[in-house]
Amino acid sequence: MSREREAVNSWLIKNASVLGRRNADIAITDGVITAVGEGLDAPEGAEILDASGLVALPGLVDLHTHLREPGREDAETVESGSRAAALGGYTAVCAMANTSPVADTAGVVEQVWRLGRDAGLVDVQPIGAVTVGLAGEQMAELGAMADSAAKVRIFSDDGFCVADPKMMRRALEYVKAFGGVIAQHAEEPRLTGGAQMHEGEYSARLGLAGWPAVAEEAIIARDCLLTGHVDSRLHVCHVSTAGSVEILRWAKSKGWRVTAEVCPHHLLLTDERAATYDPVNKVNPPLRTDADIEALRAGLAEGVIDAVATDHAPHAAEDKECEWAAARPGMLGLQTALSIVVKTMVEPGLLDWDGVAERMSRTPARIAGLEGHGLDPAPGVPANLTLIDPNASWTVVPNELASLSRNTPYSAMTFPATVRATFLRGEATVLDGKATK
Amino acid sequence: MITHLLSAADLDRDTATLLLDTARQLGAALSGREVKKLPTLRGRTVVNLFYEDSTRTRVSFEAAAKRLSADVVNFSAKGSSVSKGESLKDTAWTLQAMGADAVVIRHPASGAAHRLAQWVDGHVLNAGDGTHEHPTQALLDAYTMRERMGRLEGLRVAIVGDVLHSRVARSNVLLLNTLGAEVTLVAPPTLLPVGVESWPAGVEYDFDAVLPKTDVVMMLRVQRERMTDSFFPSVREYSRRYGLDVRRAGLLPDDALVMHPGPMVRGMEIAPEVADSPRSAIVEQVANGVLVRMAALYLLLSGEKGAGE
Repeated sequence: MSREREAVNSWLIKNASVLGRRNADIAITDGVITAVGEGLDAPEGAEILDASGLVALPGLVDLHTHLREPGREDAETVESGSRAAALGGYTAVCAMANTSPVADTAGVVEQVWRLGRDAGLVDVQPIGAVTVGLAGEQMAELGAMADSAAKVRIFSDDGFCVADPKMMRRALEYVKAFGGVIAQHAEEPRLTGGAQMHEGEYSARLGLAGWPAVAEEAIIARDCLLTGHVDSRLHVCHVSTAGSVEILRWAKSKGWRVTAEVCPHHLLLTDERAATYDPVNKVNPPLRTDADIEALRAGLAEGVIDAVATDHAPHAAEDKECEWAAARPGMLGLQTALSIVVKTMVEPGLLDWDGVAERMSRTPARIAGLEGHGLDPAPGVPANLTLIDPNASWTVVPNELASLSRNTPYSAMTFPATVRATFLRGEATVLDGKATK
Repeated sequence: MITHLLSAADLDRDTATLLLDTARQLGAALSGREVKKLPTLRGRTVVNLFYEDSTRTRVSFEAAAKRLSADVVNFSAKGSSVSKGESLKDTAWTLQAMGADAVVIRHPASGAAHRLAQWVDGHVLNAGDGTHEHPTQALLDAYTMRERMGRLEGLRVAIVGDVLHSRVARSNVLLLNTLGAEVTLVAPPTLLPVGVESWPAGVEYDFDAVLPKTDVVMMLRVQRERMTDSFFPSVREYSRRYGLDVRRAGLLPDDALVMHPGPMVRGMEIAPEVADSPRSAIVEQVANGVLVRMAALYLLLSGEKGAGE
């Protein structure tokens, strides 16, 4: 802690496969990319990193991260979550508002923003709550959060749906004044009372109350219509059903400003996972069916779904080592997201590396309004980069993850692609696959 | 033999038949005895871990264990589950430390018995978990049908009522299908789960149409909370459409059997005249419950060290 090594912000990254397209060196001086090309000379004082065989992408950007601080520092802190993010190839994460206290005031969002700066591993962009206490009854001071040091642009009651159509309409209208976007957790609560898992064959057999696909789709349809009506911006969180993809395709065809994200677990795992009753597989929205997975992958490839977001949701052991119904929903995601996208999208040929950059960096950065992120390596661009070994594979060991929590459903699973290095404004936050701080 | 009895799906046809045959043998061994006790499980400890009030099931398991000479510990944990008090995992470790050979668990959460089985070394018997399963109820129902009708193969069984929330229905569908019976579920569509079409059972909405083609009709209890949550318009309408009244009972074949897992709501899902009629097996179901639970405990716990000496 006291013996901090001097940060090196100048690098020559040699022979990287830039966006998986062409091999080039990347020269970084004082945190900014100065040149991309073959046979570059090292900038003065630069460290040299041989990136042969590694793919260089713009640093990944997560639109949906639960960092749990303030309030549940036993499950995750801004620092531990930032470390997990950096190890996953991220240079920026958007921190969800459902902390305790809720991030529904300028004070709380500034606190989270400062904690992120202090940790210095990724840029932590707070998301503000739409309504006071996520209660859905009174609009939070969205303008104050927008004007704060945290410069909040995404507002979400995630964990809860802004279910009242009037509140949703007002929120969509109100944020137009400062270029904001409402990120909706689409779940009609009147259709999901007590819901535990996807409603279908498995819920029927397991005797767990069902969470029907229509509860998500009905809200997405409503909110797309509202967004079109008031000409605002809607972002749909964690899209999980085939029907949602169809509705989004239709809404986009109208020219409405609607974006959407999908989580890695919804691209890979199905509701069959609930049969063990191990709540490590409990998540909201729930794991769904093979047909949904297929539609989500296709939607992500096509661009109907704009981005991959982790919904990284750490939970303390006691909130998962219990009965399914008593467990909290959510799973870790930051360190596994890229590998799952490679497994589910790149390996089947649905996305190439440039497509990965588009869905995991450029587009989410644009949705979040994060300047300096999501930019392809080029002279003058802040050096926010990640280097990936596409040929390596790794096996998930929960205790080895950087998160303070262990609730990963991927324990003992082997995935392709490892993150070898991550740079935040030229500073290596990850080197040789290890966090530098 | 299987290690745990968590689901009726754990039982293949041979194992289920062995269980029913064993129950019968145990019944024969006990009948005529002055002391209704067998020494089979002497020195073994069976814990009844009940997170829900269920005097009926607890007493049945307790009697079963005691008739096999096991030591029985009743651990009433009602109210200590889920939101407050000791976690199920900590309770599991406590029971483990006490040296429980078998744990009989009743719990309001589906899957609780599965979770417990992941945390204790002893045998776990599911005595009802949420809206999931109640396998010993299915065994006693199958036993009762076999005793009364002489067979299970090809028997046409209608299960009527709140299938959606019924652990009895889930276990019965699985076990009866394993044993060769043909199950038809009869309920308003609101009380059938989405996904029921994947079950090995037929589905009918019209009770009257099913009755003439039924050998056994099993009525399920409709719990009070369903009556206020828009599953059906009113108690009277439910009763008119899905209650087994005297007129409906008359549509059954002469030798058909009427069953109910209890506790009954007389006048709602079943008329008192039908429940108390000679074709009703409701009282036998209770008596048979002790026998099949003895058989389950015996088969799970015997064949190990110290057993059956």
